[in-house]
Amino acid sequence: MAKVIMTVDDSASVRQMVAFTLKGAGYTVVEAVDGKDALAKLAQTQINMMITDLNMPNLDGIGLIKGVRAMPAYKFIPIVMLTTESQDSKKQEGKSAGATGWIVKPFKPDQLLAVVKKVLG
Amino acid sequence: MSGEDDGLDAGREAFKEEAAELLTELETSLLELEEHPTDEDLIGRVFRAMHTVKGSGAMFGFDDIAEFTHEVETAFDMVRMGKLAVTKELTNLTLRARDQIRTMIEASEGKATVDHSVSKSIIGSLQLLTKGGSAKAAVQEVEEVSAKKPSKTASADGSHSITYRIRFKPASDLFITGTNPILLLNELRQMGSCMVIAQTDAITRLEEFNPETCATYWDIILTTTHSANAIKDVFIFVDDMCELHVEVVDEEGEYDEDEGYMKLGEILAARGDVKVDELKKLLGKQKKVGEILVDAGIVDSGHIESALAEQQHIKEVREQRQKTADGAASIRVPSERLDKLVDLVGELVTVQARLSQTAAINGEVLLTSIAEEVERLTWELRDGTMSIRMLPIGTTFSKFKRLVRDLSNDLGKEIQMTTDGAETELDKTVIEKLNDPLVHIIRNSIDHGVERPDVREAAGKPRMGTVHLSAGHSGANVLIKIEDDGAGLDKERILKKAIDNGLVAPDAELSEKEIFGMIFAPGFSTAAKVTNVSGRGVGMDVVKKNIDALRGIVEVKSKKGAGTTITLRLPLTLAIIDGLLVKIADEVFVIPLAVVEECVELSKKDIERTHGRHVSNVRGVLIPYIRLREHFLIDAEEPEMEQIVITEVEDKKVGFVVDYVIGEHQTVIKTLGRVFKDIEGVSGATILGDGTVALIMDIPSLVRSVARHEPTVADTVGV
Repeated sequence: MAKVIMTVDDSASVRQMVAFTLKGAGYTVVEAVDGKDALAKLAQTQINMMITDLNMPNLDGIGLIKGVRAMPAYKFIPIVMLTTESQDSKKQEGKSAGATGWIVKPFKPDQLLAVVKKVLG
Repeated sequence: MSGEDDGLDAGREAFKEEAAELLTELETSLLELEEHPTDEDLIGRVFRAMHTVKGSGAMFGFDDIAEFTHEVETAFDMVRMGKLAVTKELTNLTLRARDQIRTMIEASEGKATVDHSVSKSIIGSLQLLTKGGSAKAAVQEVEEVSAKKPSKTASADGSHSITYRIRFKPASDLFITGTNPILLLNELRQMGSCMVIAQTDAITRLEEFNPETCATYWDIILTTTHSANAIKDVFIFVDDMCELHVEVVDEEGEYDEDEGYMKLGEILAARGDVKVDELKKLLGKQKKVGEILVDAGIVDSGHIESALAEQQHIKEVREQRQKTADGAASIRVPSERLDKLVDLVGELVTVQARLSQTAAINGEVLLTSIAEEVERLTWELRDGTMSIRMLPIGTTFSKFKRLVRDLSNDLGKEIQMTTDGAETELDKTVIEKLNDPLVHIIRNSIDHGVERPDVREAAGKPRMGTVHLSAGHSGANVLIKIEDDGAGLDKERILKKAIDNGLVAPDAELSEKEIFGMIFAPGFSTAAKVTNVSGRGVGMDVVKKNIDALRGIVEVKSKKGAGTTITLRLPLTLAIIDGLLVKIADEVFVIPLAVVEECVELSKKDIERTHGRHVSNVRGVLIPYIRLREHFLIDAEEPEMEQIVITEVEDKKVGFVVDYVIGEHQTVIKTLGRVFKDIEGVSGATILGDGTVALIMDIPSLVRSVARHEPTVADTVGV
């Protein structure tokens, strides 16, 4: 069974890039446009990992991570946040919310796969 | 491949569309912001738009856009944090920047050209607005980040390996971030030779145990060519929720003091645990790993000593391995003493056999149990003693590297030697006696086998020829192979030469194997002219003789144009072999078990059916046999049912008819003494449990001798 990864980003191009890269590596990808959408989709789909942007309308990445960690099924899944180097404080906030790791934007497909492999195996 | 390109192209298109939308939104937001300069929601929207353009832009290769947008984003980050007020000037600049970004995107489609001076002036003004300092800092940060990346990879491809001691002690709440420590350990394992020791002393009793917390921590010993920074990178996500110590415990190769200092300095000073003078003290002790570990242990404020002991153990094991490979024994003992010990063990095995037999006849319970005890101890002693005599063959191999190098230089050939199985252990005596045969074979390969570079090239082979030397176990034997990728043996030439030399009759029909076997005949050489390397026709016969003396077998395989493989099949040890005890009348003989294939019965009826010819039909295959009773002139009535021990020598099956097969026997080989040394068909003797002497049969020479003295048998045997 291919592992399912959810990519949450308000930018369609980032979602597309993440989804394309991960699908190429054999993962199944679920897309969500923001935190609210992600939480809604989580109720229907079982996922193994989440990659989320931090800056999003409706519900941002921090709020999403907190929400996901509150769900018993997702208490221990890897959650990787997409950050920029100017957001060090956000990174810390994300970590305290329960993020497993981060990817600094901009990133290349290889870097994304390396991180996914690192936290998901 | 094209799929990937398609994906990226599609992504690029998506980015452009998205950027256009974002820029429109940016424009609207900026205009609104001008009216409500403190509206956080609006500021957030502007920031997000910039942020997305930057992030996605860089991912799809619009580096210029990303770089430019970064400056604007920085300004709005400051606005977001309340460090910068939204002024008319700022919105003006941002709007200009937005237009510039649009131009840049259009430029990528070839619709417009970018005026870089505009970009520069916008950035300059923005930096002025953000009071220069912070904007510059941001630029510096970017530079630092981009500068750091290559340095990490650069240090990762260092050629010499370093052994690190790593302690990874995660905080107990590690799991709530979804981190799987096993994956991190696996990542380390992929970096090099790695040993992971889980420390479980912090785990509480079961009733207090909380499976959602991490109480285990790990000591890792890693030998890798990666830098300490690369190791730390593995733990980058758990940086702030674990204790991580990375220390160099051993460094390979020539020790450069400055470099070493920097490395240790980086690691230890970064942790703030060591002062420079302490470091120097440690460095002075570089070679004494144990001491360093102890010292480092103190530095670590005294962690568990068991871990240190384990580490030292690993270290010692490695050193030991290294030493064995170098052929340096820990204790030097004169080999005569070892030989004496082996002799004594041999005697002991014999006496023990007698004891067991006596105990069995006696039926005394107490004596039997003592005999069994002695038997067990004797076997252990025998195995232990035998293993002392075992040496890895690697020491011999390394000698030949030099030989190959020098010889190929002399002959103007380009030859490399590769080896395999250098760790294969062989009896010391066997290794010593192997030296000469191997030298002859390798010389032959270099001189006759591997061609000159130009000839090789013409034949479509690489200029560089290869001689591959390999050793490996095969049952109770060791196989040593000498392969070359040279010209191979020329069957016709060998046969012609053999006929010229009168070694074979001109009309003889010989198999390939037999023809190749000719090269071992004394005085045989096909070399067109005598070189100082080979060609005098001494050599290969020496090989055959020496290997025979070791009770070994030589096999030649060759394909013209492709190369030659010579295989030496040698017994593991010379002192004790597994034998099959057989009985003829009252005489007991030993047949080396290594050559025995199977035992079948032979009744008088069977003999009648073959009209007295010495062949037996074993499952449809006719196998010739030799009646040992006749060969050894034993004058006694044969039993109704005899046994044929079928052996396989040099790919031929030959049976030996005996009265009775007693069974397996650990045979301690005793030489027969000088007078009997040339007796054909017998290679030695052994003393049995009851004190009688049994001769050990030398099957190959027995077959040859029968073939010579009894031509009629020879016909059926086919020798």
